[in-house]
Amino acid sequence: MEHIPALELKNITKKFGSIVANNNVSLSAEKGEILAILGENGSGKTTLMNMISGIYFPDSGQIFINGKEVVISSPKDAFDNGVGMIHQHFKLVDVLTAAENIVLGLDGRFNLKSAVKEVASIAGKYGFDIDPLKKIYEMSVSEKQTVEIIKVLYRNADILILDEPTAVLTPQETDKLFDVLRRMKDEGKTIIIITHKLHEVLSLSDRVAVLRKGEYICTIKTSEANESVLTEAMVGKKISLNIERAEPKDPVDRLIVQDLLCLNREGTPVLQDVSFTARSGEILGIAGIAGSGQRELLEAIAGLQHISSGEITYIDPKTDKHENLRDKTPVQIRQLGVRLSFVPEDRLGMGLVGNMDIVDNMMLRSYGKGKSVFLKRKEPRDLANEIISSLEVVTPSASTPVRRLSGGNVQKVLVGREIASTPTVLMAAYPVRGLDINSSYMIYNLLNQQKSNGVAVIFVGEDLDVLVELCDRIMIIGSGRIAGIVDGRTSTKEQIGLLMTKNVKTHTEKGTEDVSQ
Amino acid sequence: MTGNNTNKVKDPLLHIIKRGSIVWWKSALIRVVAILIALVVVALITLVITGQNPIEMYKAMIDGAIGNELRIWNLLQDTALLLVVGLALTLSFKMRFWNIGGQGQIIMGAIAATACMKFLPGKVPDFALYLIMIASALIAGAIWALVPGLFKAFLNTNETLFTLMMNYIALNFAAFLTFRWSKNSGNNVIGILNRKTHAGWFPDIGGEGFVGRSFLLNILIVFVMMLIVFVYLKYSKHGYEISVVGESEKTARYIGINVKKVIIRTVIISGAICGLAGLILVSGVHHTLTTDIEGGRGFTAIIVSWMAHFNPLYMALTSFLIVFLEKGAIQVASSPALNLDDNFANIVTGIIILFIIGCEFFINYKIVFRKRKGGAS
Repeated sequence: MEHIPALELKNITKKFGSIVANNNVSLSAEKGEILAILGENGSGKTTLMNMISGIYFPDSGQIFINGKEVVISSPKDAFDNGVGMIHQHFKLVDVLTAAENIVLGLDGRFNLKSAVKEVASIAGKYGFDIDPLKKIYEMSVSEKQTVEIIKVLYRNADILILDEPTAVLTPQETDKLFDVLRRMKDEGKTIIIITHKLHEVLSLSDRVAVLRKGEYICTIKTSEANESVLTEAMVGKKISLNIERAEPKDPVDRLIVQDLLCLNREGTPVLQDVSFTARSGEILGIAGIAGSGQRELLEAIAGLQHISSGEITYIDPKTDKHENLRDKTPVQIRQLGVRLSFVPEDRLGMGLVGNMDIVDNMMLRSYGKGKSVFLKRKEPRDLANEIISSLEVVTPSASTPVRRLSGGNVQKVLVGREIASTPTVLMAAYPVRGLDINSSYMIYNLLNQQKSNGVAVIFVGEDLDVLVELCDRIMIIGSGRIAGIVDGRTSTKEQIGLLMTKNVKTHTEKGTEDVSQ
Repeated sequence: MTGNNTNKVKDPLLHIIKRGSIVWWKSALIRVVAILIALVVVALITLVITGQNPIEMYKAMIDGAIGNELRIWNLLQDTALLLVVGLALTLSFKMRFWNIGGQGQIIMGAIAATACMKFLPGKVPDFALYLIMIASALIAGAIWALVPGLFKAFLNTNETLFTLMMNYIALNFAAFLTFRWSKNSGNNVIGILNRKTHAGWFPDIGGEGFVGRSFLLNILIVFVMMLIVFVYLKYSKHGYEISVVGESEKTARYIGINVKKVIIRTVIISGAICGLAGLILVSGVHHTLTTDIEGGRGFTAIIVSWMAHFNPLYMALTSFLIVFLEKGAIQVASSPALNLDDNFANIVTGIIILFIIGCEFFINYKIVFRKRKGGAS
């Protein structure tokens, strides 16, 4: 009998309006295999997978599962065919327990007790660490992900699709996830993982399918691949993957943060005893598990977060005057002459207005200038055009709403605007999240340029490989406290990974003796 | 899908796809087609349910709306009155402040204008009467919007419920005043104020022979207002701030917009324009206060604003359309040639508006029918 793949796609095409998301894509995945789908942003990875899991329906093409053609027009069809997808953004009900979330939406008699048992047995089989009766809102990101995976297994999925599962995990959690995935593979499951982290592809997958601009490029056996081969297939040309790191030029203190304490609405600290100094001409990296207080720290500096105690002092490069930024609004900070730029994590929800065009987004910072009651759109229009050409923003025109742009182009617009005001301090939170390799390197270059212009750059990152390559110093933050500040040139990512979880451990294992250094 | 033909591969019959963008003439075409279909559906329903001749009914509708010169002026004035409320609400809506208290704000403006007309003539010079009347009507409307606005800005209360409840207070206040100020005590009718002196009445434009003389000023005021609101939203710094706050409060805070200030300023303007609507209703149209003077415009204007996608210029069209249908419906109900009452006329209006709003779906989405051959055999 001829060989039958677990999943086969033939000539799948999907268009959104005039945009071709997938064009004639054909690929296959075997039983007991981990297939990585690799591609830049906008290459159509997620769209393709969404068509297998019933979110979208292909315009044309066929899907075969175990050799049989199937029609998948809803997530339920997907489950009926043994396909389950773990989305990047979890789809869980916060107030319900893990087990309740897992059985949610299933037909048949609702029997929570047997569900709990079943969940526990799945967890045992694959080595998950999960308490079925824990509520979702009490869970860490990695636990939530575990619930999503078990949800899919509970529905007897044989083909599991994971969309960028490691984006929110620490290196240690990623290793644990990979162990579980390998065990599933040994059980005969088919695992498809979407990612753009090359080292993960190389360490985990059996084969790699590469997409570029909606087209299927090739499938490579991982054992025969290396980083540069994969990059070339993905980008279409050879690019250098080295990030420059120049020596800082006469760094001087620019921003001094002392004993910062910030509380959330419930009155528990989100930042505690935070002290550090950002220097001119230097990139200070901030590493930590997502939600450890990075956002609050940057917002506190930008005047968006109430500070309970502590000081933030800005030293003016020209006059050497010390300005206290604590409890000042963003406008007051600007009026002090402090040129502070901030690229927030939430680009379209905070840094930009998605429904406004590029020109109007350029005005956000500057529209209030002058006494006229009317807007002046000439300068922002010039700036928009300049950014579009110098940063190679792909957009139909400067009057296109930014929400229609791809993630990388949105970020170029935002970073471009923030840099245009010639800042002395530039804060960037996850500026390359979700960006493809080309755009990411462009952003790194821009940060480096600012550094060489003498700007104090604060860079919150999640990819530790990048942090250790790009930053002069790296501050590790855990549960709102500084876990350490290390030299970017000498530290390793394992060392940083350990520091990232340090405070978390002492926090949860209250009562055991403190193992602080 | 039926599950018995497991081996056959069948595409679902149709798929819904979001459009990226649409050229203007296509969206215009969709709207025109929607109206035509609506007219056909209404005709069929009329024929089947009532046995009346639909052509006769449409004739009556058109006759009711534009049958003679007076009707045309009435149509234009009512369009303007609906439009001005729509303009007021749009300012709030752009900021995602769901002001459904237009009714109360209009009534408060009307009450203030009525009070001035009733108590000031003879006590202050004429020009002062007008100034005080205009100012008090605008302020009254503004206050009625400001109260929920303050609560929204400082306590983040739900403005939808709050503005709605303010309506009932205003409505009952107006009822109380019509009782208190009634001409013959107890009959709850204030009657035309200053019938002889015309004090506080908006002046006529044009001579005796001009049918539109008492309508034209009202229409002009609203037309100017429309241009002002259009420019304010699109080209002023305030308008920009309204958009930013409406789109994302987080962004507004991030760039240092004082969100509370923008909310308060905008609801004041929004309420004041509703107050202006109340002023026109009293000084320009009815010259008295009645409990139903607002005529449902505070709510109808919500549809006007949304159907026009918050664009003040398009709103002139949407309010014209709605008023046209209303006027036509009244004629249908009262036409002796047709045996129909106003309930049926309202059904007709409802169906047409449903189609017009419903066609937005086809402007935003495209439906693709199955292309491949059907089930394999």
